[in-house]
Amino acid sequence: MIKVFVPRDSSALGLGAEEVALAIQAEAEKRQVAIELIRNGSRGLYWLEPLVEVATPQGRIAYGPVTIADVPRLFEAGFHNGGAHPLALGLTEEIPYLKRQERLTFARVGITDPVSLDDYLAHDGYRGLKRALTMAPAAMVEEVTESGLRGRGGAAFPTGIKWRTVLNTSSAQKYIVCNADEGDSGTFSDRMIMEGDPFVLIEGMTIAGLAVGATDGFIYLRCEYPDAEVALNAAIESATAQGYLGDNILGSGKAFRLEVRLGAGAYVCGEETSLLESLEGKRGLVRFKPPLPAIEGLFGQPTVINNVISLASVPIILDKGAAFYKDYGMGRSRGTLPIQLAGNLKQPGLVERAFGVTLREILYDFGGGSQSGRPIKAVQVGGPLGAYLPESQFDTPLDYEAFTALWAVLGHGGVVAFDETVDMSKMARYGMEFCAIESCGKCTPCRIGSTRGVEIIDKIRAGEETERQVALLRDLSDTMLASSLCALGGMTPYPVLSALNHFPEDFGVTSAQ
Amino acid sequence: MSDHSATANFPMAVALRLIQMNDTAFDSERVSGIIAELKTKPGALLPILHAIQEVLGYVPGECVPLIATELNLSRAEVHGVISFYHYFRGTPPGRHTVYICRAEACQAMGSEALEAYAKSSLGVDYHENTRDGAITLEPVYCLGNCACSPSIMVDKKVHGRVSPKRFDDIMNLTRSAS
Repeated sequence: MIKVFVPRDSSALGLGAEEVALAIQAEAEKRQVAIELIRNGSRGLYWLEPLVEVATPQGRIAYGPVTIADVPRLFEAGFHNGGAHPLALGLTEEIPYLKRQERLTFARVGITDPVSLDDYLAHDGYRGLKRALTMAPAAMVEEVTESGLRGRGGAAFPTGIKWRTVLNTSSAQKYIVCNADEGDSGTFSDRMIMEGDPFVLIEGMTIAGLAVGATDGFIYLRCEYPDAEVALNAAIESATAQGYLGDNILGSGKAFRLEVRLGAGAYVCGEETSLLESLEGKRGLVRFKPPLPAIEGLFGQPTVINNVISLASVPIILDKGAAFYKDYGMGRSRGTLPIQLAGNLKQPGLVERAFGVTLREILYDFGGGSQSGRPIKAVQVGGPLGAYLPESQFDTPLDYEAFTALWAVLGHGGVVAFDETVDMSKMARYGMEFCAIESCGKCTPCRIGSTRGVEIIDKIRAGEETERQVALLRDLSDTMLASSLCALGGMTPYPVLSALNHFPEDFGVTSAQ
Repeated sequence: MSDHSATANFPMAVALRLIQMNDTAFDSERVSGIIAELKTKPGALLPILHAIQEVLGYVPGECVPLIATELNLSRAEVHGVISFYHYFRGTPPGRHTVYICRAEACQAMGSEALEAYAKSSLGVDYHENTRDGAITLEPVYCLGNCACSPSIMVDKKVHGRVSPKRFDDIMNLTRSAS
C-alpha cells in the first residue's frame, strides 16, 4: 500500500489541503491505485503548502504547492511512485530549508499522523515519560533546570526554577497549566505543535505533573484555534484509553488528568495571571505579583504555568538528558528556538534552530528575502509587544541577552518582515491601538495611556506640533514602561519607541531626539 | 385554528419581525440544561458561555440571571465576564461569521486593503450583519496563519493568502452553503 501524506494543519487546510486530499482519494479510486492517505502535520514550509508527500524506498518525496487541478496529472506522472513532475521537490528531508534546521521539539511534526498514538510511540514518543517514571521528582526537576530551558512564551524565565518552587510548596492539590493562548501576531509554533504533534505536549505536561506532584492539568487554548482543539482532544482521549493519562499512569499508581479549556478572544489572557483568572471563570484581569502562581496559582493552589513550546521541549530533555539539550545554543540561551517567519517573505514558515543564528540568516537564507521583491525595511520580532529592528540590526544573533542589549525582545520567536512600503508611524499607532483594544483595564497607564497614545500619534501624523507631541509620546511611554501592571502596557512602548527611534522620518522628525 | 384575516392585516415588517423573534426565541430549557451539565466543573463560567454560544450563536441577555443563580454569582459578575471577552456576543450573528485578521503579519501583506474591500463589498462595518442576514463581519487579532497572510476565518475554517478575488469566491461559497 502506497502511503500518501496530505497535511491536516489549519494553514494547509486554509490553502485547500482538504480538497486536495479528497481529490487524491477519488483519483486513486478511479485509477484503482491502492493508497493509504495519512493526514500529517505541516512540515512548516508554508509557501509550498499544500505539500503532498509520498513514501518511497528512498524516503519521502514532496510535491507542492498542489492544487486540485494538479491531481490527475500527478497520477499520470506516477507521483505515487515518486515520479517526475514539475511540482516535484525531491526528497523532503533534503529540501535545504528543512535540512538546515535542528528539529528537537519539532522532531515529529509533519512526519507522523498527529492523532495516532502508535505513530507517536514508533517515533520515540513517550520515552521521556518512561524515563521520568524511574526518577525521583527532584531529579526530574533537576534535569529540566540543568538543560537550561527557559520559558518559550517570551519571558524566558528558567523552567526548572519554576518547577522547583512548585515542588517545594506543599499542598494537597497542585496544577499544571499550559498557556496555549498564542496571541502574538507572527507566531504559530504552538498551533503547529498542537495540531501536528499533540502527544508531545501531553507527554511534557504529564512529566511536569509527576515532577511537581500535580494531578490535574489544563490546556488554556485560544478559541481561534479550533483545529488544535480537535487534535488535542483526540490525543487526550487516546492517551487516556491507553493508560498514558488518568489515575494510574502506565501502572505507576500516579495520576495525571488533562482537560482543554477555551479562551474567548482576549489577548491579555496570554499573561499568566490573567489566564489563571480566566480559567477560574472570571474576567481576565491581571493579578498583582507576588504571590507567584507557583505558590498561589490556579484556585489558589501551587501551579506550574508554562508555554506550549516549553512543555513540548520537556520530553526530549528527559529522554536524551539535560546535557544533550544544553549542547545547543549560545550564552545563557540554551537549546533550540522554533522561529516563525511571517509577513512579507518569499519563504515564510517554521525554522527550528539552536539559539545563535542571526536575524539576517533567518530572513534571507531561510526566508528568501521579501515576497514583494522590495528591500526589507523593518522586522518586528517577538509579537505585538516586540521592538521593530532596522536593517542595521539584522546581524544580531537570536539570543535573549543579545536582544535585550538592543532594547528588543525575542519573545515567542515570531519574526514579521515589512518591506519599504511600510509607514512606521502607522505601525506605532497600531501598537497603541492594539493595547487599547486588549487592555484588561486594571491599571491606568495601560488602560488610559494606550488611548492617549493613539491620539498623540494621530497628531504627529497630522503634523500638529510634531516636536512637542513626540516629547509627550516619550513621556507617556516612560510612564507605561515603568508603571504598568503587566507586559501589555509595560511593553507597548517597545514597538512604538523603536519605530520612532529607528525611523524618525516616518514621524516627520529629522532625527531621534 | 387561527385568525388569518388578522395576520393579513398585520404590516409586513411587523410580521417579519415576529417570525424572526420566533426563530431566535430564547430557549430557557436548553440553556438550563447546558448550565446543569457544566456547572460542577471548576471555573465553569467560560465553558458554559462557550456551550451556549455554540448552540444559540450568541449569549442572550436572558441567560445572565439563570447562570448567576446557578453559579452563585451576581448578575453583574456574569455580565462582566460576557462583555470582557471579544468572542462572546449578546446579539444574534448572521448565519456565518467572517473574521478578518488585523494583526501585523497580515498588515505586512496588505490586510488593510482586504479589510476595506470586505467592508465595501459586504456593505457592513465590523460587528455588523449583512442585510440578508448571511454574514457577520468581525475583526480578529491573529489566527496563527501568519505564514499565509492575509488571513480570514469563516466560522471555524481559516483561509490563507486572501486576495479580494479570493474573498469574493469564499463569500459566494459561504452564502451558497446555507
